[in-house]
Amino acid sequence: MDAPVSVVPAAEAPPRSLHRFANPGRFLRLSGRVLPWLAGAALVLTLVGLYWGLFVSPADWQQGDAVRIMYVHVPAAWLASAGYFSLAVCAVLSLVWRHPLADLAAAEIGPVGAGFAALCLATGSIWGKPMWGAWWVWDARLTSVLVLFFLYLGHIALIRAFDDPQRGYRAAAILALVGAVDLPVIKFSVDWWNTLHQPDSITLTGAPTMYIGMLYPLALCALGFSLGFGAIVVARMRAAVMERRIRGLLMARAQETDTQHSGMGAT
Amino acid sequence: MDHLPYIVAAYGLTVLVAGGFALDAWLRMGRARRRLAAIDPRAGR
Repeated sequence: MDAPVSVVPAAEAPPRSLHRFANPGRFLRLSGRVLPWLAGAALVLTLVGLYWGLFVSPADWQQGDAVRIMYVHVPAAWLASAGYFSLAVCAVLSLVWRHPLADLAAAEIGPVGAGFAALCLATGSIWGKPMWGAWWVWDARLTSVLVLFFLYLGHIALIRAFDDPQRGYRAAAILALVGAVDLPVIKFSVDWWNTLHQPDSITLTGAPTMYIGMLYPLALCALGFSLGFGAIVVARMRAAVMERRIRGLLMARAQETDTQHSGMGAT
Repeated sequence: MDHLPYIVAAYGLTVLVAGGFALDAWLRMGRARRRLAAIDPRAGR
């Protein structure tokens, strides 16, 4: 028997595994099963990580106890960048493969990512005051994260700026892709420029330069925050899918009523 | 502990932002579920 031939050119064929979740009913069922585990794991890991960071891990020989701000600042910074990266992935899925959930996911990731970028800036500022003696400096790392925060705000504003939601999603997806240029700038800003911000203590290629007693709680917090971010986005997406379904049902009912009324008027 | 006010401020802000988003998402989901169940009990399941 011959293999089935697709009429869609290979380059345009959507990845099937991704489109399996395009069905709203399937998404609601699957996410409903995953969400409690995701939220539970996030809560446990975050609480253990924060307790360890606050009460068990040692103070830094140079920074003293202010180093404990790291356990909330670093995960917030990581999620601000990771959130924007996921916006860029959603943009590709939306612009290239027109995945129905990609725009919806981007619309729900945007505000959460903006919140974490703001949290990163605020906790960094709180950490900077006792360490540098200033709430803010126009350092390359700080400035590039501030740009990321504005990119998030632009993304949120663009989605809401058009009467036709599809045009808003498209414009926001283009901004998400263009703005992704800021991510390597954030990552390498401490290497490219002479910054007040310290260089990365954890890299993909080298061994961490951090004491192991600080690294473990930081890793727990980073994992817990990441799962929490995922749980919040999934919960928001579930709400958005249900809200969309409610709008569809109400519109269908309104059209049905209109048709009945016009039919009665004609007789 | 000289830095205690800074630590409390950073952790408090984190709880406020992350907890706020989590609470908002949970309430929004519950609201949507109840409304959907009221409009179409079959779809709300």
